[in-house]
Amino acid sequence: MSGSGRSIPAPPVSPETKPFWDAAAAGRLLLKRCEACREPHYYPRAICPFCGSDRTTWLEASGGGAIYSYSVFRRAPVPYAIACVTLDEGPTMMTNIVDADLDALRIGQRVRVRFTPTDGGPPVPTFAPA
Amino acid sequence: MTIKGKAYIAGVYEHPTRKADDKSLAQLHAEVAHGALADAGLTKADVDGYFCSGDAPGLGGLSMADYMGLELRHIDTTETGGSSYVVHVGHAAQAIAAGKCDVALITLAGRPRAEGMATGTAPRNYGAAAPDVAFEFPFGPTVVNQYAMAAMRHMHQFGTTSAQLAWIKVAASRHAQHNPHALLREVVTVEDVVSSPMVADPLHRLDCCVITDGGGAIVVTRPEIARSLKRPRVRVLGAGEAVKHQAGGKIDLTYTGAVWSGPAAFAEAAVRPADVKYVSIYDSFTITVLITLEDLGFCDKGQGGKFVADGNLISGVGRLPFNTDGGGLCNNHPANRGGLTKVVEAVRQLRGEAHPAVQVKHCDIALAHGTGGSLATRHGSATLIMERES
Repeated sequence: MSGSGRSIPAPPVSPETKPFWDAAAAGRLLLKRCEACREPHYYPRAICPFCGSDRTTWLEASGGGAIYSYSVFRRAPVPYAIACVTLDEGPTMMTNIVDADLDALRIGQRVRVRFTPTDGGPPVPTFAPA
Repeated sequence: MTIKGKAYIAGVYEHPTRKADDKSLAQLHAEVAHGALADAGLTKADVDGYFCSGDAPGLGGLSMADYMGLELRHIDTTETGGSSYVVHVGHAAQAIAAGKCDVALITLAGRPRAEGMATGTAPRNYGAAAPDVAFEFPFGPTVVNQYAMAAMRHMHQFGTTSAQLAWIKVAASRHAQHNPHALLREVVTVEDVVSSPMVADPLHRLDCCVITDGGGAIVVTRPEIARSLKRPRVRVLGAGEAVKHQAGGKIDLTYTGAVWSGPAAFAEAAVRPADVKYVSIYDSFTITVLITLEDLGFCDKGQGGKFVADGNLISGVGRLPFNTDGGGLCNNHPANRGGLTKVVEAVRQLRGEAHPAVQVKHCDIALAHGTGGSLATRHGSATLIMERES
């Protein structure tokens, strides 16, 4: 088992993204969805990247997804897996795969969100095998 | 309006240094500027347009114009990472065609080796105001592990292998042995590449480009001036540029912005991939070359592995000679930005001034392509097609 033990820098929190990080601290993963074009997007923005509407609202993700791609960084003092995970709601997000055998990861593998502490900031959404 | 035939590359220069402990960054920019102007047979006084990017110190174009004493009526500091300088050639041709300048100077320089920079293996933070940083930087995105995710996906979806990727490095090393300035001149085998240490699955150490100091410069000018000079004439036929990003989360790592910049450049040039005798393809990593060749139409999507295997990119051996200076994989990747040297080697080929061992026969049409940023998140793609005027 590996993927924990790496020191994770705190994400900078802006007024635009504070609800996302408050939810993360409460163990909930949020996306944004546009009320005009109905498209969900990630990372979350005030202005919809698809249609340009400012009528975007927060949407709680189910927390389930699948690995789209990944890479284990072997050169790091503590090897870790960076990944793109496609959420069940549609958008694909950058993350880490944690609490997993890094030599047994595979594309298409089902994963579930969890939240990993950072250095002095809110926790970040990571994923572990479902 | 088209730029076809409206501008010529009159001068190019690649700094011979690969480690510049004894030079300042501004000095390197000025040395390559004067090198390219001397190559063209022009002087600093002829320059009225200047192009640079994020590697230039201070306030970029302002600081360098001040340092070099340039008197300008056109300036462009377009920043698309390592592809910037390929974009700049297209923009310079546009400015010349529109009468905004007569002699455009493009410079690139950097000293990441002298400064001990962990170019590809340390996560880069572009500052808290970058809208993406909170959602990416905590996860440790380095240059190499992001390109590695593109490679991993390509392998999964199309069956591409590490041995096929290795052929790209093998071809670069076969070329680099003839370049006395190349950082790595040793010829390597597929076995050498796949048995080198794994950096980020599935990319090995020898799938990665070098880290070097130095730089290069390009001089672009109008047809009347080009015809007054003594150098072989290299005509700009077409250019294309594109930005690919994460599309709000609709991420697809199997292609690059070359799917847009390539067709735009080919359409403007009115040539086809089959007409191209030589290509300079940005080679930050082996996978960058493989995906780009597919996207530019040199082979079908997913067939890049088969296309690059068995020496097909080796000059004198394969159908599509590439990066005959050794490229970023073996020769030079100054300032961690490989776009400028891609144009330089393409111009050498068109002039017939490449090393005789790698010179492509009857090289009348060449293509240079730059990729800047990250395949996994956001990058700029730029394609430039040039012709030798006989």
